[in-house]
Amino acid sequence: MIQEFKKVWKPYVIGMLWMLGLLWPMLGVHPDGTLTFQKTFTVWSYIVAGSFVILLVYVLNASGSITFITNPVSKAVSGAKSSAQAMPTWVWIVTALVACFVFPQFADRYGTDVAINVLLYICLGLGLNVVVGLAGMLDLGYIAFYGVGAYTYALLNTVYGLAFWVCLPFAGIFACIAGCIVGYPTLRMRGDYLAIVTLGFGEIIRLILNNWMELTNGPNGILGIDRIGWFRFAFEGGIGFETIWVKKLGLFYYFALGLTILVVIGVNRLNFSRVGRAWESIREDETAAELMGVNTFIYKLLAYAMGAFFAGLAGAFFAARMKFVSPESFTFLESAMVLCMVVLGGMGSIPGIILGVAALIALPEVFREFEAYRMLVFGATMIIMMLFRPAGLIPAKRMGQRSDDKE
Amino acid sequence: MSDQPILEMKNVHSGYGSIKALKGVSIKVMPGEIVAMIGANGAGKSTTLMTICNIVQAEQGEVLYEGRVINKVNPEKLPTMGLCQVPEGRRIFPRLSVEENLILGAFYRNDKDQIAKDIQHAYDLFPILGERRRQEGGTLSGGEQQMLAIARALMTKPKVLLLDEPSLGLAPIIIQQIFDIIKDINREDGTTILVVEQNANLALQAASRGYVMETGEVTLEDKASSLLENPKIREAYLGE
Repeated sequence: MIQEFKKVWKPYVIGMLWMLGLLWPMLGVHPDGTLTFQKTFTVWSYIVAGSFVILLVYVLNASGSITFITNPVSKAVSGAKSSAQAMPTWVWIVTALVACFVFPQFADRYGTDVAINVLLYICLGLGLNVVVGLAGMLDLGYIAFYGVGAYTYALLNTVYGLAFWVCLPFAGIFACIAGCIVGYPTLRMRGDYLAIVTLGFGEIIRLILNNWMELTNGPNGILGIDRIGWFRFAFEGGIGFETIWVKKLGLFYYFALGLTILVVIGVNRLNFSRVGRAWESIREDETAAELMGVNTFIYKLLAYAMGAFFAGLAGAFFAARMKFVSPESFTFLESAMVLCMVVLGGMGSIPGIILGVAALIALPEVFREFEAYRMLVFGATMIIMMLFRPAGLIPAKRMGQRSDDKE
Repeated sequence: MSDQPILEMKNVHSGYGSIKALKGVSIKVMPGEIVAMIGANGAGKSTTLMTICNIVQAEQGEVLYEGRVINKVNPEKLPTMGLCQVPEGRRIFPRLSVEENLILGAFYRNDKDQIAKDIQHAYDLFPILGERRRQEGGTLSGGEQQMLAIARALMTKPKVLLLDEPSLGLAPIIIQQIFDIIKDINREDGTTILVVEQNANLALQAASRGYVMETGEVTLEDKASSLLENPKIREAYLGE
């Protein structure tokens, strides 16, 4: 045990001193120019005590002194893991679906609202996953297509009075067209250059929404967008249709869930198709893919357009839920958030992205009391994630296993 | 063998921006033969292959394939026409499995049954790939990756196979194996092969004809056997 301790004490001391150096400017330097040390030391001593306990446990574990505790625990964990793996995938899917379906019955309005947000972000995340995870193109302006979808529904509805279901495909298609327009000139670039250019185009679309007063009402946004309409046969005074507005959030939740399921199925199908394979070859090595007969330009454009399409659909739902859109909802920070969800969850992995979205949308809501520290925790989480699970929470299944599945 | 070359370059100039890598290269490749192109680093060998595939665009001159000018044909069309390149440094898809690398080689083809047969054929040709079919391409050794790159190119059913430095970074015994396979492919399927190599000795032994490149120009063209005996070549490229 002493041996083990000797190995780790040096980095521990250095780390703690470094922590002190970091803490002092944050806690000890006051805006009025006074410098104090008291508070810094108090906080620091807590951290030292806490981390020393962790260190002690680590050392004990490494030296094998506490096997009587760790052995049963690790056994239980591995047992749970293997039984989880033994369960076929459909069990998971059915469980998740049932949970999703009964959720609004148990949740209050606030919970349902957060759940809808999660569902829409899942659609966004999966759409971005096509671009980033499958085709390997870093897109920093992705939220712009969400905006195009939202504004398409908002404008078609407020100006022409078209119903939601008529506008939904248009929202997707317009976002898709916007994706092609942006993609056509930019996709000749690769890697970092592409990321910067997409960032620029994302901002351009936001600025257009912000400044085209006649069309979009600029920063004031568009008010009075209709909710989702739903038809029902009405028998009073002859047979006809009656429009029901989806006013209950619970009902809206089910529509959002329907969209999410469609997007999950769509992305899953794309992933395992010939197109998905072409995308993956482009991600792996663009020149080699070209030499093997993959039309890289068309497939990259397709990835971009598909991603934009999903974002557009989600955007229409967003507009219908908020009944209000303004350019503020589509800033770069949102693009970065969606990207974080994809990376955190695991690029290319559908369950991973769902988990990533849940982690980044739902958890901050749960811990609302600590709102002030949200960004701090967020940053720390990202760093820890990249250190310990660089491929994401649920890494994408290796493609090699895909050919196994077929046999 | 007919007299009509299957692949021909006529006075081709190309380069990267202001740097001219090829200064008027003319070569002919006849159907069914193995042609070696040897030369030092930076002589323009790889650029020659990249120009044939139009990854690097020719500024001047013509590239003809089966009598047709292919300067303006997009690179991804070439495998469908039967012209495929194994690029320098192998460039397999590292995170895809061996099998999927092969499936991607057959990307333009739609005949599923025949593709399955061809994959089996590739495993017969390279048994080690069959053993590792589920493994990620990036985890293979250098020699296995080179085999995979060749097998992947063969999946396009090429009439002409362009090989860029198949010996790069490989142990001598593996290089010998690779060249034996290249000769087999040529003999059994009648595939025409243009191989670019620094390892002049092996390349010329495998080939029927050879070109020597220096600073973007073809300086010598002869039968492989006579090139091997040429004292100048022996001194410059075979280290004697």
